[in-house]
Amino acid sequence: MNVRLYVWQRATAALMVPFVLVHIAVIFYATRQQMTAADILSRTHGSALWASFYGVFVAAVSIHASIGLRNILTEWSPLADRSAGWCAVCAGIALALLGFYAVVALVVM
Amino acid sequence: MPEPALQLSVSLWRGSADGRYETYSVPRRESQTVLDVVTYVQRHIDPTLSYRFACRVGMCGSCAMTVNGHPRWTCRTHVAKVADGGRLQIGPLDNLPVVKDLVTDMQRFFDKWQQAKGVFAPSQSRAEPMARIRPDSAARLAADAAIECINCGVCYAACDTVRWNSAYLGPAALNRAWTLVNDARDAGNPARLATIAASGGCHACHSHQSCQEHCPLALNPTASIAGLKRRATAAYLKGELKA
Repeated sequence: MNVRLYVWQRATAALMVPFVLVHIAVIFYATRQQMTAADILSRTHGSALWASFYGVFVAAVSIHASIGLRNILTEWSPLADRSAGWCAVCAGIALALLGFYAVVALVVM
Repeated sequence: MPEPALQLSVSLWRGSADGRYETYSVPRRESQTVLDVVTYVQRHIDPTLSYRFACRVGMCGSCAMTVNGHPRWTCRTHVAKVADGGRLQIGPLDNLPVVKDLVTDMQRFFDKWQQAKGVFAPSQSRAEPMARIRPDSAARLAADAAIECINCGVCYAACDTVRWNSAYLGPAALNRAWTLVNDARDAGNPARLATIAASGGCHACHSHQSCQEHCPLALNPTASIAGLKRRATAAYLKGELKA
């Protein structure tokens, strides 16, 4: 890992700390209130706040996880640095697409 | 206190990478070191045994081997401290190619010192006055804490990241780079920081601290590497490094 990837991974990790806490709090709240999927969607639909919250969260997770995956592949697989990098980029894009699709489903659909 | 065994059962690695352990019986002596044991085998049992040593007093860094699973300097390791039930298993250092028996090829270890710019780059000529460095300055204290390395390779052999990532420069080379980063007389830091901030440099370290745990001189290369991480990250954020 070079310094550029190091900075991105640490920065996204720091960014995710409050997001993870809020996300867990939301899960607790939703389950304690016995909210159904329809209840949740009725609250998130059209909300720019939830869209931006989970949008930024998904972006941070995709960047952070793909850098970590690259490190794992570099150290634990026979892949060369470059190949490991491309695999990680593909995984990051896949994570981002799945995440943003979920955000759209939460807020727009 | 129980009497020590009269004979030690000593397994020594014989051959190259595809060799095997062979067991020898060595008389137990008072104040015996692991290097004494290896020397006994070569002098009295099998003169074809290959191993390295020079100073025998913990200064030259040439006698490091794997003793009962841990890398150690053998000249300063007493048998009483490591022999488990009168048994010793002694092999070559990990993470380095085996040449023969207990001898490893240290080439890549020293190549990485060069790669990490572990060479002093003078900023002044000898015609200029001697640099004045306060002994209690923060940089001098940081360099002091890391400077006693004897290049034994124990930290390199103990390092998980070296095992997993052959491009990683390793704790010894980075520890050396840290001493020079803190040397006010040195002019090589731009090139040094660029190297150690690249792939295989300080940011590859997982801070497992095996180097610190095994260093025979009780140095802390993990702390040196953490210092390099901070320094390289600050330089990158200021736009002084490209990555």
